[in-house]
Amino acid sequence: MAKHATPMLDQLETGPWPSFVSDIKQEAAMRAANPKGLDYQIPVDCPDDLLGVLELSYNDGETHWKHGGIVGVFGYGGGVIGRYCDQPEMFPGVAHFHTVRLNQPAGKYYTTDFLRQLCDIWDLRGSGLTNMHGATGDIVLLGTTTPQLEEIFWEVTHNMDNDLGGSGSNLRTPAACLGESRCEYACYDTQAASYNLTMEYQDELHRPAFPYKFKFKFDGCPNGCVAAMARSDFSVVGTWKDSIKIDQEAVAAYVAGEFKPNAGAHSGKDWGAFDIEAEVINRCPSAAMKWEGGKLAIDRSECVRCMHCINTMPRALHIGDERGASILCGAKAPILDGAQMSSLVVPFVEAKGDFDEIKEVVENIWDWWMEEGKNRERLGETMRRLSLQKLLEVVGQEPSAHNVQEPRHNPYIFFKEEEVPGGWDRDINEYRKRHQR
Amino acid sequence: MAEITYEGKTFEVDEDGFLLKFEEWCPEWVDYVKESEGISEISEDHQKILDFLQDYYRKNGIAPMVRILSKNTGFKLKQVYELFPSGPGKGACKMAGLPKPTGCV
Repeated sequence: MAKHATPMLDQLETGPWPSFVSDIKQEAAMRAANPKGLDYQIPVDCPDDLLGVLELSYNDGETHWKHGGIVGVFGYGGGVIGRYCDQPEMFPGVAHFHTVRLNQPAGKYYTTDFLRQLCDIWDLRGSGLTNMHGATGDIVLLGTTTPQLEEIFWEVTHNMDNDLGGSGSNLRTPAACLGESRCEYACYDTQAASYNLTMEYQDELHRPAFPYKFKFKFDGCPNGCVAAMARSDFSVVGTWKDSIKIDQEAVAAYVAGEFKPNAGAHSGKDWGAFDIEAEVINRCPSAAMKWEGGKLAIDRSECVRCMHCINTMPRALHIGDERGASILCGAKAPILDGAQMSSLVVPFVEAKGDFDEIKEVVENIWDWWMEEGKNRERLGETMRRLSLQKLLEVVGQEPSAHNVQEPRHNPYIFFKEEEVPGGWDRDINEYRKRHQR
Repeated sequence: MAEITYEGKTFEVDEDGFLLKFEEWCPEWVDYVKESEGISEISEDHQKILDFLQDYYRKNGIAPMVRILSKNTGFKLKQVYELFPSGPGKGACKMAGLPKPTGCV
């Protein structure tokens, strides 16, 4: 028997999509039955009270969590999001309802053994509810009390060899697309990059030292499966320098209808027979492709590596062999001065080994932003305030046409004094000798 | 909100153990909080950080950025954590009586 009546939430148990309400109810029933005989360290009815407070919010159309919350573990300045219910007498099971962020493996591959261990810890010391995963990538353990934080941290580090994720004004948990693990488009090992940089910058991740938050994301190609260009201050996107590899026989197989375009992604509707002219050649954004006499040709110098032709004919067209990545910077959500996607900073960088070339760019940017960034100013906003030129300077990147979509249209152009013959020190009297008042 | 009595003084605090009123701060507060923040003895270095936080807050009405704290006190972040295991926000600011840090933490 449920602890609270939840008529509105009950409606969300209907319909075909997996219902979060049914799942929470199942966990509530499991905790009540307690088949393993666990000595629950937080209230057994925590999930019931969560449903109760949520139903109340559905009624009121208002949240019932208090403002903020500062909790954590010794040694770290982040990793736990404190939260308290604003109706603790009515819902004592969620009077404390802190969220613990755990660092996830890059690409989110798991063994059942690992997940079982994690669930065992969380069943005992938490609500039994999770978010797999938070938008930044972390495993999210949803709802526990303050005294359990150090206990959970001890068990996770000592028994599972896992660490907390990031929160606060620091490096947040990096994330990557699944990269070379199972994608033939991957131009570098995104998971290795994510893991390597996560380990390299543990201090920056656990102890807030920045003006504001800072995120890394690693996409293996411009398709952007982890949305690096929209959701990370420092976006690393794989690409290649040489030509797209063309398998003419496979192209013929697409044209003949043996291979399905886009690997069958549009098979839910009849779009007619594959038309290479209409679906590939004429869709190329730089018109760099030709289809003549049953042969496909690509003008490498005009190709912008948008991925469209490769996406459409993955068995016939392949990424080049001279691989690396582009670095783009500054993506952020609207607050404060408007949303931004990342802007291209380094067009091509090596992305292998210990990723030293990428780290050098990271550290140059941090040196500058940590000094110049205002309180709660994202890198994208610092770039706007102090200019893209300044960022290119600190990164040591020679400005090139690649750095802009189009040149400026206003003439408010700053020059450096040393670039201008004679400099800025001028005597008005000298001028007056030639120009009377 | 909870009320705490220690050494004859009363303090109004929130769930996270932050003082609700900066004016209620007194040396006994530091003594009361230190254990829960993993500190056994308040050294001169601890005091230097607490003093700076309070001066800065009185002058500017906000807590300083971490970088400014480091620059002015001469303590690198690593040393700040050695002194205050839960960090400059939860540890030092709480002991100095500053308001609870807010935002996306």
